[in-house]
Amino acid sequence: MSKGIWIVVEQRNAQIRKVSLELLSQARLIANETGDPLVAVVLGQNIQDLAQEVTSYGADKVILVDNEKLAEYTTGAYTSVLNKLIRKEEPNAVLIGNTAMGKDLAPRLAQRLGVGLASDCTGMEKDDANFLTFKRPIYGGKAFAQVATDAKPVMATIRPNTFPIAAPDAARQAEVVTEAAEIDQDDLRAILKDVIIATSERPELTEAEIIVSGGRAMKGPENFPMLEALADVVGGAVGASRAAVDAGWIDSKFQVGQTGKTVSPILYIACGISGAIQHLAGMSSSKVIVAINKDPEANIFNVADYGIVGDIFEIVPLLTEEIKKLVS
Amino acid sequence: MYFDTNEDHIMMRKMVRDFAETEVAPGAEERDEKEEFPLELWKQCGELGLTGITFPEEYGGVGADYTSYAITIEELSRVDASMGVTISAHSSLGANPIYKFGTEEQKQKFLVPLATGEKMGALGLTENMAGSDASATRTTAVKDGNEYVINGSKIFITNGYYADTYIVTAQMDKSKGHKGIAAFIVEKGTPGFTFGKKEKKMGIRSSATYELVFEDMRIPAENLLGEEGQGFKIALVTLDYGRIGIAAQALGIAQGAYDQALKYAKERVQFGKPISQLQAIQFKLADMETQITAARLMVYKACELASTVEGRAVSQAAAMAKTFASEVANWVTKEAVQIHGGYGYTREYPVERMMRDAKITEIYEGTSEIQRVVIANNILRD
Amino acid sequence: MNIIVVIKQTFDTEAKIAIGSDGQIDATGVSLVINPYDEFAIEEALRIQKKFGGEVTVVSCGGPRSQEAIRTALAMGCDKGVQIDETALESADEYVRAEVLAKAISEMPYDIILGGRIAVDDGSSQVAVRLAEALNIPSVSSVVKLDIENNVATATREIDGGTEIIEVPLPAVITAQKGLNEPRYPTMPGIMKARKKELKVVDPADLGVSGLSAKMKVQNYSLPTPRQGGKKVDGEPAEAARELARLLREEAKVL
Repeated sequence: MSKGIWIVVEQRNAQIRKVSLELLSQARLIANETGDPLVAVVLGQNIQDLAQEVTSYGADKVILVDNEKLAEYTTGAYTSVLNKLIRKEEPNAVLIGNTAMGKDLAPRLAQRLGVGLASDCTGMEKDDANFLTFKRPIYGGKAFAQVATDAKPVMATIRPNTFPIAAPDAARQAEVVTEAAEIDQDDLRAILKDVIIATSERPELTEAEIIVSGGRAMKGPENFPMLEALADVVGGAVGASRAAVDAGWIDSKFQVGQTGKTVSPILYIACGISGAIQHLAGMSSSKVIVAINKDPEANIFNVADYGIVGDIFEIVPLLTEEIKKLVS
Repeated sequence: MYFDTNEDHIMMRKMVRDFAETEVAPGAEERDEKEEFPLELWKQCGELGLTGITFPEEYGGVGADYTSYAITIEELSRVDASMGVTISAHSSLGANPIYKFGTEEQKQKFLVPLATGEKMGALGLTENMAGSDASATRTTAVKDGNEYVINGSKIFITNGYYADTYIVTAQMDKSKGHKGIAAFIVEKGTPGFTFGKKEKKMGIRSSATYELVFEDMRIPAENLLGEEGQGFKIALVTLDYGRIGIAAQALGIAQGAYDQALKYAKERVQFGKPISQLQAIQFKLADMETQITAARLMVYKACELASTVEGRAVSQAAAMAKTFASEVANWVTKEAVQIHGGYGYTREYPVERMMRDAKITEIYEGTSEIQRVVIANNILRD
Repeated sequence: MNIIVVIKQTFDTEAKIAIGSDGQIDATGVSLVINPYDEFAIEEALRIQKKFGGEVTVVSCGGPRSQEAIRTALAMGCDKGVQIDETALESADEYVRAEVLAKAISEMPYDIILGGRIAVDDGSSQVAVRLAEALNIPSVSSVVKLDIENNVATATREIDGGTEIIEVPLPAVITAQKGLNEPRYPTMPGIMKARKKELKVVDPADLGVSGLSAKMKVQNYSLPTPRQGGKKVDGEPAEAARELARLLREEAKVL
């Protein structure tokens, strides 16, 4: 039981993705119970400096594979390298963030290893035999499946924002091993020609993970930049109730509700929206609903997970600042 | 007879519903408000093969049965009755008479482009003095050499102005009464053919309803449909099949209103619970579902007959289906508004539009009273 | 060009999810559709066919009802269908399905294989990528733009916060992301013709696969707990805003 829990650390330009730190933090807690060493595997180019950072988040051992062919993620090269490492070291578990990279890499790697894979997990624990088991949302979050395997390595991708990041311990020491990149010729067939990182624009309403919506209490079009500011802090979109649209304060393409768009974001922040039934019809499947409204009797509070009774012009800018502090 | 649908029908329903909900429903409220004809959607219907469902492939059609046709009208009308009647009037009234009574040349020339949706069809039958009594037709046709000269006007013409091909009835010999009537194929753009008043209606407001005006309009003799004197019969047979379309439209309106009411009843909370948990509402929903199911069986039975036999059986079944389904549509839409309460009376919800749309199904292509005459005549004929 | 589209029949996204007395997800009365992302794959396949000619074969691993999904794909314009009868498998997960699909597809001519980037039911995003591995061909996932020239595919792939452009020699597996195209509706004539097109039902045993069993096992299914009555965050505005931000991050975990 000591072959380790591996975290495949994702980095871009030597910046570690948040989800990798979340995985290290949570796996550290589990490794403490199973007695597994926690191993951070970092692939990339010029990544030597990342060893200390992953160590501070709980790694007992760091495997670095530093090679120009790994500078940018490619399915083939990463699969090739990880497959060989895993076959050599035989870890008990391999965990990857469920990011664009993880979603592409993990299935290919699992197939090459001939093992199962739990995708997009939102829960992780160990069973009596020290195997990891996972909880994962299915049917778009309308149900959950608890899944397990008895083959090793146990593989999973974990949804970002699932686990909190522990405080780093700068004094922590780990064994750092540098491995050579062994890449099969077949794995170099796909060629990455270009990576284009988009300049930040607000996501489309129905696809946004976070929506900040304004209603009648917005009072006028001049106040919508207040919502935009909050939306931009969280990478969200701006929506509106019919009342705000009918008043001509915002274009109808932003309308959420019966006669507008139906949305199911992870977080819906309703600002000065009373919660008329036709508005609720368009957003009640949101995962978490926040309501900010002056009227304590407003219907929106009946569906909101969190509510603040207060003036949006006071609360929203304050909330924007607080969230900015948290996410930066 | 199963009065039911097969696997193809299920796939068709899924396709049309998907199209209706994605493409037709979103603009229905606005088109109703602006009385705007759904010309773009009409083109899409053509691409999907919804404009010639019952006609054989050799005439540009799909070669499917009447149940397929009814399902299409039903699903379109479920979200927008105006869209439903546009397709129904085109297919049943504009194209079907050519299929049933046209010569091979007429079918190739007129039916093919209608079936493929390249052109739109309409029927010019009703006049201001000839409504339920179609035999009172005052529009005249006079043979002049190799042409017919037509004078008069037609009112309440569905798809008027937008249609390319019109079936027009005209009196050739008043002394023969309805046996003096003939039917003609008239193309838009024919000199002497103009459009009069556009009707402002209570419902199906985005369906086009125009007056057709003929002033010394000359059409080639080969545009006579059937024979001289056969026009009244052509009109009656056309309406027999047309009623299937209107019955399906009524069924679709009822289903649409019921679906809206059911959804609303589950969401709307009063007295601390969804109103769907109140028996008063439950009984309404139960009755609506029962009535709609009965209407659907009647419509599909008429479809099975129309697909397999001809004559009185079709005429009676279609008349009964239309009578029943249109009355169900009026009752169900009224109840749907009632379940919605105050909101139902506003334009925020589509049920008020559906209630307005439902009324016409008891009137056009034969009022409910005329339907009963047709049914009674069939019953008492022996 | 020989084009293969791998599709899955899934619950309609509007379906309510319930757990039956046997502890399984209850499919009673649920309307089934082609996985929406697979529709993008079908559309792209038909566009590739229009440009290069050839045949589009749609393959699905599923039970008898998956034939409806295959028929719909045929009604959209695909030429042939293959249903791999999943009920004959002892157990199935992404690994098993990929193995079986690979076996079936390896016996067909293919230049490109398309699939959806994710199935909306189990949401695992695995089978198409695993299939590429099982066939030992490259893959590009989550593709929003695809060009093919001289047997090389240039795919624009969506990544977090941007896109990548990847060049890959054919044959390859491409998984479709929303934005790749606008899927067509099946047409009435298409539906009439679909019934006459070939739909082959394949028993996995006939493919020579045996002894395959699922690597991942579902221990149980559960439903999310219903929405709790709202929690009002009290206090002075500044305090309430700070507390709300904290709750959203630490309790709700949505930030």
